[in-house]
Amino acid sequence: MSMFFSILLSGLITDNMVMMRTLGICPFLGVSKKLESGLGMGLAVTFVLVLASVVCYVLYYYVLAPLSLVYLQTIVFILIIAVLVQVLDIVLKKLSPALYASLGVYLALITTNCVVLFTANNVISQGFNILGAFVNAVAVGLGFTLALLLMAGIRERLDRAALPKSVQGLPIALITAGIMALAFMGLKGLFGG
Amino acid sequence: MNKNELKKAALGGLLQNPVFVLVLGTCPTLAMSGTLANAFGLGVATAFVLICSNVFISLLRKVIPDRVRLPGYIVIIATFVTVVELAVAKFFPALNESVGVFIPLIVVNCIILGRAEAYAGKHGALPSLIDGVSMGLGFIAAISLLGLIRQGLTLAGFGVFSQSAGGFIIFGILMALFNLLIDTVKRRNRRQLFRAGTGGKQ
Repeated sequence: MSMFFSILLSGLITDNMVMMRTLGICPFLGVSKKLESGLGMGLAVTFVLVLASVVCYVLYYYVLAPLSLVYLQTIVFILIIAVLVQVLDIVLKKLSPALYASLGVYLALITTNCVVLFTANNVISQGFNILGAFVNAVAVGLGFTLALLLMAGIRERLDRAALPKSVQGLPIALITAGIMALAFMGLKGLFGG
Repeated sequence: MNKNELKKAALGGLLQNPVFVLVLGTCPTLAMSGTLANAFGLGVATAFVLICSNVFISLLRKVIPDRVRLPGYIVIIATFVTVVELAVAKFFPALNESVGVFIPLIVVNCIILGRAEAYAGKHGALPSLIDGVSMGLGFIAAISLLGLIRQGLTLAGFGVFSQSAGGFIIFGILMALFNLLIDTVKRRNRRQLFRAGTGGKQ
């Protein structure tokens, strides 16, 4: 049980993909302009993460490893992720057209969100079991959502700040993210690294 | 293929710098620019995949059906990434130790898929090769610059710059400077054009 707790804590805070590992920056910067779309994006990524981690896990240990095709890992994993995102695209379009419209192109771009591929690979290299893979994916997804929501909250205010033209938009968002990352580093110290 | 277009492709890496202007491939740029060696190593690996996939996709652009082109591109890119993965593990064990985790992530580097979609899928092999080389060099230059600054600051005693926080801040500042530079150049060009225009009339 304590193992799951530590996986959860590290995914959420001390090893937060966006803040500590700087992965998944494109959606982090692209969809963090409004709180609602930030939340939708975070949950969509979490959903893909969980499915992708579990499917990749099963495929790796029950198909690739027995057939000694481990070197195909990258190709197989990315294809699985692409298919899952396509499925999500179809389902969302049907179930929640409003959310679908607000996510726009970033929904399809979950395929190229490096958090997903990194997590699927990480599950294998860390040697998690299938339950660990599941908890890890949930934790990473929630950590991503947390970072996205924090950023969206700040950016809604940043928009109204008077800034020099060359700093507006992405540069100030990146510098803000840097300061947020400092705060996350502080929390890492709190939990003993 | 006219000369002008080739020249445009060759200058793409600078004027349309993938990192600072198009803001693609941000994740590896931030994650692997803690030291100059890592930044350069990942830059070269990415550029290699970019060049190979650009040429291959351009050669196959009439064979791949339009509706399944994205999965097709991704499989081609993933194949080259696997090649790089295996080659680095065999020949550069030290690099493999430090950036190994990030090599599979080259597949999802948006620069590569971006160039495939925006350029290689529509142009011939030679311009796509030039575009790949130019964009690849632009990426190597950008990530190495970041690596150089961050490692320099780390060595100067500011350990935070080897961490993610420092990466974000330096990247933000560099992007602001790049915006400023481009704005200044554009404004100067416009002024010159304006002067030349009025001069012609008189």
